[in-house]
Amino acid sequence: MHRSHLTRRTALAALAAAPLAVASHRAHAADVTLLNVSYDPTRELYRAINRAFTPVYQKQSGDRVTINQSHGGSGAQTRAVLDGLEADVVTLALGADIDALAKRGLVAADWQKRLPDNASPYTSTIVFLVRKGNPKGLKDWSDLLKPGVAVITPNPKTSGGARWNFLAALAWAKAQPGATDASAEDYMRALFRQVPVLDTGARGATNSFVQRGLGDVLLAWENEAWLARKEFGADEYAIVYPSVSILAEPPVSVVDSVVDKRGTRAVAEAYLKFLYSPEGQDIAAKNFYRPRDATVLARYAERYPAIKMVTIEDFGGWPTAQAANFSDGGLFDRIFTPGK
Amino acid sequence: MNRSATQESRSVQAVLIVLTIGLLVAFLLLPLVVVFTQALKDGLAGVLDALSQPDALAAIRLTLLVAAISVPLNAACGLAAAWCVSRFQFRGRNLLITLIELPFSVSPVISGLVWVLLFGASGWFGPFLSQHGIRIIFAVPGLVLATVFVTFPYVARTLIPLMEQQGSAEEEAALTLGAGLWQMLWHVTLPNIGWGLLYGVLLCNARAMGEFGAVAVVSGHIRGQTMTMPLQVEALFNDYDWIGAFSIAGLLALLALVTLVFKAILEWRLERRSGGLL
Repeated sequence: MHRSHLTRRTALAALAAAPLAVASHRAHAADVTLLNVSYDPTRELYRAINRAFTPVYQKQSGDRVTINQSHGGSGAQTRAVLDGLEADVVTLALGADIDALAKRGLVAADWQKRLPDNASPYTSTIVFLVRKGNPKGLKDWSDLLKPGVAVITPNPKTSGGARWNFLAALAWAKAQPGATDASAEDYMRALFRQVPVLDTGARGATNSFVQRGLGDVLLAWENEAWLARKEFGADEYAIVYPSVSILAEPPVSVVDSVVDKRGTRAVAEAYLKFLYSPEGQDIAAKNFYRPRDATVLARYAERYPAIKMVTIEDFGGWPTAQAANFSDGGLFDRIFTPGK
Repeated sequence: MNRSATQESRSVQAVLIVLTIGLLVAFLLLPLVVVFTQALKDGLAGVLDALSQPDALAAIRLTLLVAAISVPLNAACGLAAAWCVSRFQFRGRNLLITLIELPFSVSPVISGLVWVLLFGASGWFGPFLSQHGIRIIFAVPGLVLATVFVTFPYVARTLIPLMEQQGSAEEEAALTLGAGLWQMLWHVTLPNIGWGLLYGVLLCNARAMGEFGAVAVVSGHIRGQTMTMPLQVEALFNDYDWIGAFSIAGLLALLALVTLVFKAILEWRLERRSGGLL
């Protein structure tokens, strides 16, 4: 529905005024729309980012920008962009999803090198959200196998957060003394035996845990866990940091094929750069994402304890990790048999 | 034992009545009560505030727009189809009836997905459409297409039995007396089936406004742009915005109640006309 932001007349006017514009800033302020296609838990984050970016950009360029949002499971959102949803920027849960767009030529192959920090302006990690007083005494990944403990995590086939959950658990299993691939696989099989339901997205899993009261522990994005505590009462739920987790890097990119067609590259790039600015970093930190900027992080240090984290590189990068674990016949398919 | 079904003992009657009412309360009334109490948790002001949010207004506008396009379209097509099926005997007539009913038996998700497969970027017509800058999927046309598909049978299915029962004698009389096709349609056919048509349109409209599955697939979920009311309810619920979610849900429920009242009135009128056919 969002039409090209320039009507033909303003485009002509802008062309005519181009030589003047160089001398005297811009002659005509344009109304620009951007579509940011994002994953599930970022609703609150981007509402705040968009509110802050609009005046900043207007001061910078004179253009009034309206940013439209679309949210859903990261995999499903990727699918929609592949099917023609005209996203100017994508802000997804993991690199593999943007890789899928790059494979189809929608995004430049070097997308991850175009912005600092692997094109992830903020990070998160995977934590345990447990009920008041942690009645089952869940402290680390090994405790999740205790008899009678029900673990809530979404489906790694559709949810980006679920894939980070999966890899965090796998990282722990592989770091145990004397661990082998087989022992890690056994742990994962045992872990998923404790999972009663696989929701399609992170927010759905949170709702299962919080609203429907299912399970003893929710494997969640750190930001999602903090937000649940904020929404449902800090004394109702506690966050447990396991001995090892994973540095989850949700990446961002402009969608080259769309911005070139719509002529929105400049504003789309400015939007993503804003995420790295001190203001953008502060908004991310306020919304429970770990900022990359060290000074901003220092301000929120007590909220984000330093824990031991592996990275996706320890799994050989997303293409390898995706193929080994989540593709058809991958580790997840081998260890998970639904309906038992 | 040769007792007819209407002569069951009083105790059986009572059990059946209690069971029916119990089920009605548990499955219909209770959820409705929940919707309204949740919406009104912060009083009427909370509801009004939630409904006046720009995204909520956009969702309401879009839902009305989609219904305003797809319902008249389906009324016209349904009328034509019903007329064709009830007035003529031809080869493939049964196939046509089956096709009209197809959307009833197809899962709504599939009803949405077919349009993605046809008009999506990698669909049959995708490259052509994107070359010409025409957007169907993830825009209003896609929402209309999906809605038209799922609501197609309602008008035709209501009219076919009615028109078959009425027969074509009056229309033939009009034609032999020199009426043109439009005159016949306007002065004979439509007055005869008017109430039935209205009934079909009502059902069609209710489904068009309430449809979730099919439109979810083609929507793209752009806030304030391609979110119909049912989609907005889900989005707000997942935003932890209960008042907002239940306010819009309440509005949809009210619509259903209004539909129900109209439906009851129409059924009563139709019964008088057609002797209890519906």
